Amino acid sequence: MNFSFSNEQILMQEEVKKLLDKENSVKRNRTILEGEEKFDQELWKSLVAMGLTATTIPEEYGGIGMGFLELCVIAEELGRGIAPVPFSSSVYLATTAILNSSNEEIKKEYLPKLANGEIIGTFAHSEKTSFPDETGIAVTVKGNKISGQKIAVPDGDIADFAIVSASSGKKVGLYIVDLKDKKVSIETLDTFDPSRSHANVSFDGATATSLEDDAWTSIEKLLDQSAVLFAFEQVGGAEAAMNMAKEYAMGRYAFGRAIASFQAIKHKVADMYISLQLARSNCYYGAWALSNDSSELPTAAATARVSATKAFYECSKENIQTHGGMGATWEFDCHLFYRRARLLSSNIGSQGIWKDKLITSLEKSNSPA
Amino acid sequence: MDFNDTKEEAQFREEVNNWLSKNAEKKQHARDIYKAAGIPGDGTALQDAKKWQEKLYDAGWACLHWPKDYGGRDASPMERVIWGQEMSKYKVPGGYFEIGQGMAGPVLMTYATEEQKQRYLPPMAKGEEIWCQLFSEPGAGSDLAGIKTKAELDGDTWTINGQKVWTSGAQYSDYGILVTRSDFSAPKHKGLTYFFLDMKSPGVEVRPIKQITGGSGFNEVYFTDVKIPDSQRLGEVGDGWKVSLTTLMNERLAVGDASGVDFQEIFDLAKEQDFNGDQAIKNGSVREKLADWYCEQSGLKYTKMRNISALSQGSTPGPEASITKIVSANKLQDIANYGMDLMDSGSIVRNDDTSALFQGSLLGAPLIRIAGGTDEVLKNIIAEQVLGMPQDVRVDKNVPFNEIPTGSKN
Ligand SMILES: Cc1cc2nc3c(=O)[nH]c(=O)nc-3n(C[C@H](O)[C@H](O)[C@H](O)COP(=O)(O)OP(=O)(O)OC[C@H]3O[C@@H](n4cnc5c(N)ncnc54)[C@H](O)[C@@H]3O)c2cc1C
Repeated sequence: MNFSFSNEQILMQEEVKKLLDKENSVKRNRTILEGEEKFDQELWKSLVAMGLTATTIPEEYGGIGMGFLELCVIAEELGRGIAPVPFSSSVYLATTAILNSSNEEIKKEYLPKLANGEIIGTFAHSEKTSFPDETGIAVTVKGNKISGQKIAVPDGDIADFAIVSASSGKKVGLYIVDLKDKKVSIETLDTFDPSRSHANVSFDGATATSLEDDAWTSIEKLLDQSAVLFAFEQVGGAEAAMNMAKEYAMGRYAFGRAIASFQAIKHKVADMYISLQLARSNCYYGAWALSNDSSELPTAAATARVSATKAFYECSKENIQTHGGMGATWEFDCHLFYRRARLLSSNIGSQGIWKDKLITSLEKSNSPA
Repeated sequence: MDFNDTKEEAQFREEVNNWLSKNAEKKQHARDIYKAAGIPGDGTALQDAKKWQEKLYDAGWACLHWPKDYGGRDASPMERVIWGQEMSKYKVPGGYFEIGQGMAGPVLMTYATEEQKQRYLPPMAKGEEIWCQLFSEPGAGSDLAGIKTKAELDGDTWTINGQKVWTSGAQYSDYGILVTRSDFSAPKHKGLTYFFLDMKSPGVEVRPIKQITGGSGFNEVYFTDVKIPDSQRLGEVGDGWKVSLTTLMNERLAVGDASGVDFQEIFDLAKEQDFNGDQAIKNGSVREKLADWYCEQSGLKYTKMRNISALSQGSTPGPEASITKIVSANKLQDIANYGMDLMDSGSIVRNDDTSALFQGSLLGAPLIRIAGGTDEVLKNIIAEQVLGMPQDVRVDKNVPFNEIPTGSKN
């Protein structure tokens, strides 16, 4: 049995970690959070140069032909570094959506440019504040023209194109829309975590290329696939927050001793550890299901997603608590993780949605492990 | 990343299954358990367990990671895991030999003479002789080093006086491992001495304690001038703490998932029960709860897989395994309580298997959260030994034991 990542994958993870450390990713998060830039172009270029955007793309489309397992370890490091880049939108979502499709023409056109970072993609799905079900898609397609509005699209003001869910009246399909189209208008939003840009995207008869006309099943699958990757990102962030809490507690003294020797603090960190271990183990299960395209993916993805969301929330909030007044300041990094935890919980549907998906999937298989 | 056996592992698994399928009954459902024929407490269950253990022993499947010389099989850690995985698919009796085989055995292996090992280990493996653990006292549980049972040496014989408590299985045990204090003026952790003894020795008195479940799994054990030959001392005089730590480390590896209701039971119950005029499982708040427990169960399952995988690749598991008992015991308690909520006002009536199962789990869970290291103690272990955080400030170090407050002052 070998329920772990390979040495090559771990080596790759270390390389990504080194890069993000060297580039001071957490500090860059703050720069984007506080500044006018929508994402960190320099850091993005370094990630592209390292070939990370090409990870899952086969060589025939200009990629490096690795798999989802490699993407999982990359995701964990991006989470640890709370990187201010559109990686999840362009790679977990847009690239995977195109890889999933059988449309050769689109693959040939988009994948090489996604691989070399020439273009950035995103997935535009939500239309109301609640996450859409199959009947909740009001953006419509007539012929090859798309109209309607998607809200809070991650990187909607950064991406060159979006994969858009839209209804043709009968079916919900997936369409590719060039966001530079004159019939597209984009409004950058003020959000909870400005280190990652979000925008409302409106279509007024813009040109749409069909990726798949009857795509609800594909959408569900795309969400499951990306949920595993988001979960790894969340676990990376959670572990960073736990370590911050621990390190601070070891160096901070009160009542004549390190606060790390107070049991209330120790048990807090132990609780973070437990939550993190459960999430990490579920992520491994998700990674296994994702990389094997297993029929267990819906269950595994939801399990990984729910426990990783919980772990990042717990670790990031208790990290602030462990820092006392320092944790409450803008200057300390605690809130960057707290914001990112919340953002990642909301992207691709929140906790309630995924818990419900998990139980639905267990009802279908009727054979929980 | 895969769950596949290596070629050797697959071969071994097949060998295990060949034997098990011929000698035991396979479970129909994961939840099936072995049920002894008689009524609880009449000894049938113990006799069944002894018979089964003997069968295992004769076929070379008892304590399989032990050396062959002592009744084992020289199996690798991974083979032991495979054995456990496969055996859990069969309905077999058990529950009597874990303390002996899991804790006393390894200590004897490390500290006993060759002659003693030859004498005691095979019957332990065979289930012929049962062992108990005489550690906790009224004044010392989590703080085990606070024990006061007194050991005095005269010639080459020790005399033991004092009391142990919560001793599981003492009522049917043949032997026990025992920690005592041989020096009251030495610092707390320095004055302890460790023995094994015959439970039928004159002066040993076992009194059952009734537990909150109604059963009596554990006991008080009194020692009045009990004689133990010095040859039954394990480790040096005054070195009992070190020997105890070996035992406790093995205890933590031995304790696994809490038994009782788990996700499957609450999932089934939520389909059977009504809630506001509809199936409970259709209710959003019920679904949220179910999802949380599924994630915990799954998290433990795959944590175990990660540990086994590490084992399979040749590394040794550390104190990380402590999370299993904390998470599973609390999950057990919460699922049992919520199940009774779902059964509503009828839940307090014990009228069928389901209500009995949930009630039994709710009463059993608190015991599991305490036995073998409390939740709090296990969290200390995670913080200190896994994460490297400092120990609590200690007021009892380097002070003569007889100057330290212990036990209850109320
Ligand atoms: C079902 C069952 C079977 C058992 N079987 C055996 C057996 O076979 N042999 C045997 O020797 N013992 C046995 N025990 C005893 C068990 O090991 C002890 O009960 C346990 O270690 C707790 O000790 P205590 O009962 O003295 O509680 P205490 O140590 O007094 O603990 C009381 C409370 O204080 C907390 N506490 C104590 N110290 C700390 C600390 N440092 N930090 C934070 N909180 C702390 C505990 O977590 C607990 O909540 C058994 C117990 C049970 C319930």
